[in-house]
Amino acid sequence: MGTRTVAETIREITRAHLEGGGMLLGESISAVGWVNNTVPDAGNIMELPMTDVAGAGIAVGSALAGRRPIFVVRFQDFLILNGSPLIFYAAKLKGLHEKSAPVFVRAIAAEGLGPVHSGVLHSLFMHFPGFKVASPMTPREYEDVWRVYMESDDPFICSEHRASYSNKDELTDEIMAGADITIYAISATRFEAKKAARLLKNDGVRCNVVNIVWLKPFTLTKRITEPLKESRIGLVVDPGHEIAGASESIAYSMMINTGYPVKALGLEDRTKCLCPPLQNRAPDAGRIVEAAKELLAGAGRVFT
Amino acid sequence: MRVPDLAVIENGAAIVPEDIALEIYRRICRTRTFEEGLIKAVKDGFVTSPVYLSSGQESIAAALSVAVPGPVIFAQHRCHGVYLSYGGDPVKLRDELMGLPTGTSGGRAGSNCIQCHENGVVMHGHHGLIGENVPIAVGYALASKKSTLAIFGDGAAEEDYVLSSLGFAATHRLPVLFVCEDNNLSILTAVETRRSWKVSKVAAAFGMEAVDLSDDPWTIFLKAKELVKKTPALMNIHTCRANWHVGIGTDGPVEWDRFLDVRNALKGAGLWDKAQKIEEAERFCMEKVWEQGQLRRLSGK
Repeated sequence: MGTRTVAETIREITRAHLEGGGMLLGESISAVGWVNNTVPDAGNIMELPMTDVAGAGIAVGSALAGRRPIFVVRFQDFLILNGSPLIFYAAKLKGLHEKSAPVFVRAIAAEGLGPVHSGVLHSLFMHFPGFKVASPMTPREYEDVWRVYMESDDPFICSEHRASYSNKDELTDEIMAGADITIYAISATRFEAKKAARLLKNDGVRCNVVNIVWLKPFTLTKRITEPLKESRIGLVVDPGHEIAGASESIAYSMMINTGYPVKALGLEDRTKCLCPPLQNRAPDAGRIVEAAKELLAGAGRVFT
Repeated sequence: MRVPDLAVIENGAAIVPEDIALEIYRRICRTRTFEEGLIKAVKDGFVTSPVYLSSGQESIAAALSVAVPGPVIFAQHRCHGVYLSYGGDPVKLRDELMGLPTGTSGGRAGSNCIQCHENGVVMHGHHGLIGENVPIAVGYALASKKSTLAIFGDGAAEEDYVLSSLGFAATHRLPVLFVCEDNNLSILTAVETRRSWKVSKVAAAFGMEAVDLSDDPWTIFLKAKELVKKTPALMNIHTCRANWHVGIGTDGPVEWDRFLDVRNALKGAGLWDKAQKIEEAERFCMEKVWEQGQLRRLSGK
């Protein structure tokens, strides 16, 4: 176990950035908890009024001026409002004008907070050209994503999840000889995938778990493809909507590349409501186990 | 009520120094004669992508560019006049409109997305979403503290994010001069059909100085020089576009013909002989830009 949580890592990165002349913009930044203790009480923080579209435009303009702003979006659902300046301006700038507006969007996801505070929308930004999209869940992953951002001139969507903020552990891939299935997990489902692998093991299923941090560009490296070639069955798990989402997109890429069946598992195609049982929560360990067993059964490999 | 002399300073052409009056006219002619060549190039099939003409409105950019030199510019879709008045190379603009790699954005962006980053001009390209440039201009001013010019139309002024940006600029006293080129039309729908309020009143309520005036260039010059020292500030300038929202067609006579009015004003100020020579020189220059043989070579037609 490491010594720093993800939240502490974000806070330290941010403090250094602000002290070095960078900027941070967002709504209600200094409100209760300073965005889950991820923002330091430092200079160069701009409290935006509740103007979600213009606020994103102001952040993009700050990026255009070279200040490498961190734009904090407290709930990813709000990206629908923030999206216009990000998608239509920041992401198109290089393709149209060979200029850049490298804004670092901290898009924070949560669970169980109802229809417009529990969304995971990174898939939307994978769809549009011009973005880099990553979903770090560990301190080192966050540092890596930040380093790549600082070396890049692209707008970044950093798909964070509150479930990761207290995490101190690095999450390594779990690869075993003769695995029956490979689970590819994204964002907070990575924590559940590890639990699922243990549950599957108890039932005699040997299960690889491969972590996906970079959603765009998503590169089919050997780290990604080799476990699938061994297990011959894959399952991509994402806390966003399954239809036309990250899980389906990545599953498709892997199937085309390897020729092996890969299923997508994400949210069902219905609204996330506030109260159980209508929350339409992200796949937990139980659902991942269930989906894995269905896949294996479909391939004629039945486990109890 | 739209009138050509709203808040206009009488005999402005005679009040401003002669060299200023003639320089503004030169820049007006630059846009007008460039677009005369462009209209012919569209008719002849050398330019096939959509064009957003500044003709009819060119006095605004011409006057602003003399009154407020060197700002970071965020223009709107109707931006040929801004680009040319501030010193953009007409050949690069032509090439952009023809989709050539030697264009202002390598031929990728087109008429409503013109940028300029040379000869001391910093003009960031629009992407075609009306008013998108306004919050970005405000963010740029916030981050850089540089004098910034945000130009948009009366339609864009209705976008919620434009109004929010005015409020943010007022709150933080940012160095942005907002200029609304109010041609009264969103495509063909008039302002009075769309809203009951004035953007100048909204800006004033946010706490910035704001004025309504018509597009007399001498008045714009004098007022812009004053307001740029008091930013954030807003100028809502009534003007008449000569052509369609997009394309080279016309919808009949305009409410007023500022180009003709400017000529008459220069005659009244005793500057017509000099002005005529300026116009001829600009026309000669632009005829070279749009020379047919050259267009055939460039377009391969």
